[in-house]
Amino acid sequence: MSSIPHDHAAAHGEGPDGHAHHPTGIMRWITTTNHKDIGTMYLWFSFTMFIVGGCMALTIRAELFQPGLQVVNPEFFNSMTTLHGLIMVFGALMPGAVGFANWMIPMQIGAPDMAFARMNNWSFWLLPPAAILLVGSLFVPGGAAAAGWTMYPPLTIQAGMGMDFTIFAVHIMGASSIMGSINIITTILNLRAPGMTLMKMPLFCWTWLITAYLLIAVMPVLAGAVTMLLTDRHFGTTFFNAAGGGDPVLFQHVFWFFGHPEVYIIILPAFGIVSEIIPTFSRKPLFGYASMVYAVAAIAILSFIVWAHHMFTTGLPTAGILFYMYATMLIAIPTGVKVFNWLATMWKGSLTFEAPMLFAIGFLFLFTLGGFTGLVCAIQPIDVQIQDTYYVVAHFHYVMVAGTLFAFFGGTYYWLPKWCGRMYDAKLAEAHFWLSFVFFNVTFFPMHFLGLAGMPRRVPDYAQQFADWNMVASIGSFGFGFTQLLFFYIVVKAIRSGAKAPAKPWEGATTLEWTVPSPAPYHTFETPPFVK
Amino acid sequence: MVRTKASVRAGSRLLQTIIAVALLGPGAALAAPEWNLQPPVTPIARQIIDLHSFIFWVCVVIFVGVFGVMFYSIFKHRKSVGHVAVQFHENTTVEVIWTVIPFLILLFMAFPATRTILAMKDTSAPDMTVKVTGYQWKWNYDYLQEGFGFYSTLSTPAAQIENREPKGEHYLLEVDNPLVVPVDTKVRVLVTAGDVIHSWWVPAFGVKQDAIPGFVRDTWFKADKVGTYRGQCAELCGKEHGFMPVVVEVVSKDDYAKWLTAQKAKAAAAGDDPGRVWEQKDLIARGEKVFAGNCAACHQLTGKGVPPAFPALDGSKVVNGPKAVQIRTVLNGVERDGKPTAMVSWKALSDTDIAAVVTYTRNSWGNKTGETVQPSEIKVARQ
Repeated sequence: MSSIPHDHAAAHGEGPDGHAHHPTGIMRWITTTNHKDIGTMYLWFSFTMFIVGGCMALTIRAELFQPGLQVVNPEFFNSMTTLHGLIMVFGALMPGAVGFANWMIPMQIGAPDMAFARMNNWSFWLLPPAAILLVGSLFVPGGAAAAGWTMYPPLTIQAGMGMDFTIFAVHIMGASSIMGSINIITTILNLRAPGMTLMKMPLFCWTWLITAYLLIAVMPVLAGAVTMLLTDRHFGTTFFNAAGGGDPVLFQHVFWFFGHPEVYIIILPAFGIVSEIIPTFSRKPLFGYASMVYAVAAIAILSFIVWAHHMFTTGLPTAGILFYMYATMLIAIPTGVKVFNWLATMWKGSLTFEAPMLFAIGFLFLFTLGGFTGLVCAIQPIDVQIQDTYYVVAHFHYVMVAGTLFAFFGGTYYWLPKWCGRMYDAKLAEAHFWLSFVFFNVTFFPMHFLGLAGMPRRVPDYAQQFADWNMVASIGSFGFGFTQLLFFYIVVKAIRSGAKAPAKPWEGATTLEWTVPSPAPYHTFETPPFVK
Repeated sequence: MVRTKASVRAGSRLLQTIIAVALLGPGAALAAPEWNLQPPVTPIARQIIDLHSFIFWVCVVIFVGVFGVMFYSIFKHRKSVGHVAVQFHENTTVEVIWTVIPFLILLFMAFPATRTILAMKDTSAPDMTVKVTGYQWKWNYDYLQEGFGFYSTLSTPAAQIENREPKGEHYLLEVDNPLVVPVDTKVRVLVTAGDVIHSWWVPAFGVKQDAIPGFVRDTWFKADKVGTYRGQCAELCGKEHGFMPVVVEVVSKDDYAKWLTAQKAKAAAAGDDPGRVWEQKDLIARGEKVFAGNCAACHQLTGKGVPPAFPALDGSKVVNGPKAVQIRTVLNGVERDGKPTAMVSWKALSDTDIAAVVTYTRNSWGNKTGETVQPSEIKVARQ
């Protein structure tokens, strides 16, 4: 299987660089079936949504700068928290991870392209309409969905047509994710170069293989949940209405059966990226490769049996509480194994601290902190105090922002020379790390205190005793937001005028993508490499 | 652990203060920023704070250990100091060690947590029971054994929220009618909701229970210190979610007995003679108060509502049409396609209150029906 040639190249007998007949301009991007083009589009789409969702976050922080209502009214505030969550999860983080997968998986396993090139095109081009639905819902009568990204009924039953826009957007993005996952699984299982056994694959491919299975398992569940919402809203069903024999809490069970694996869908590719960066800049192979693979698999399997820890205050039976608490605590073990393995990889290495490594270490440090607060949240009696407070907000931003987003930044700085054939300004990239690191903590660390002291999340206004920390967090958030413009500048400057990058800019890099020139030719590995 | 609780708590406050000072600098003008869980006044809340301190310290120790190793490596094993990489990449023994040790640590955490969970779920043998119902956006407290109940609504004036007046000490954490309970009494709380999901939360009690429409959940607390304790709704419930505080006054048993007597007398007095025929202006005056307390959150004091979610009453077809229709709407709520809407049933209000508020809305803003609705008509409509 792995020697199947690229169909265009086979038909037209073209060299690795030539592809003169393909459409140019906008049509190139609309019709492309090239994994690198599609990866690029995914990444720019992700960045665009990151900026849109970021502006919403800054609106939230502007309103929360001081007690009292100053900037927006409560309905719009709720729309902002809802859309910020949906856009960051479905628009920024998930497509970002797929962008990395598109670019790197074929190059890392020595495949010429993704297995289903046209489906790849379609799974990307489903995303812009979904994004337009989400953002456009702000302008429909009644405003955008305002019931939180978790969409709990009965509140979502009350909402206006913005909610329907959201439901359709979720359907479309889910379809896109499922197609992307099928593609990734097929590519990894069938298109590996000769000699590239599964247990020789770079860890990034492993994390994505497992993530793709998670996506296929849970995206249909989410689609089912929001479809039931839709029929409850418009077609007289009462799945979530006690008066008709339904149960509002049923939605929470179904949603979190999707929602908890979703957390790992977002973090596992980040684990993969970090597992590529740390060995490279430690100049040492990854420590405990096999146990890293097993740990990812263990996390993925456990993620299916812990969902009700998001519902610890709904009034679960005692046995349920105990089961979900114990199961959740168990996740600390494989996660700990990963952290220890990364540290052991660095141990007695020959470390250098280029921007990718800085972000990887930042990831390691802050993600672990987020892991600890996750353990605190897993203890049900403590969760009773901090569930739905700013403590939880702090916890998941440590995992999603300092975790996944930092890994994406690190991955971008790691692979950008391969993508565009040019180096970026290393000093600016390091500045980007330090500013992000400091402002991230200024923003989110105080939220632990706010949550412990009793500030609920998703409120547009708060009592006086929360004023100091909110002001600190708001200042930090604006610093963090504006720092990301620097990232944009660094990337654009590198693409336009960066110094030419060598095929392997990193001394310690060992994976297959560094064996092809920089920038990577339009088609790579049309003749599969042989992996020893 | 038992004997060290106090010192652990003191230690964790000290550490947190040090972190805070380091973060913000000594000159920062901080009144009294809050760091930690609120001071507990129930056995459960005390167990929770001890559990949190215990786990916090375990995490701190692990964190320092693990990242001590990382920073040692960062400083000693860097290329710039000439360190050459040692090419090891596997060791089954250490993998087993760092799988088993965390497991043992988790066992030590799970044990006290399990004990607390069993205690929290034990709602048996209460001394009294209160039913709490969440509505958009207020709480209703029903003293089931005493046969009375009341609504509890935010009492912070809009002027403070809109920054036209300085904010008071208990800004957003004050209500017109707090829940009143006696000290040292096991209070079982039945929690439900009338419209969407809310969550009844009092941090000092260590109690947070989602209020789910159509289902009754229970929890309990036994406060051992007289005082006023403040919490908030903890589940997003719509636009005024941030404005539905929970306030509980824990009073001495004597004071509670007095309060109970006064409440019963008040309830009897307020249970106006439903046969009384009212003057229109008296009903309008009373209706204005009822409206402000119950209806204005959605329909607004201006009667303009927030369309399309909350329709305007000013100029509304229902309010200006036959009064029977409006009375039915207030009594039964509005269903659309067989499902309840934000307009819930207001049956819990007295006949006089409903008569007053209907009369008020039919003769306010641009509505000029001139009609008066008497309590007796409500009584008939109820049947």
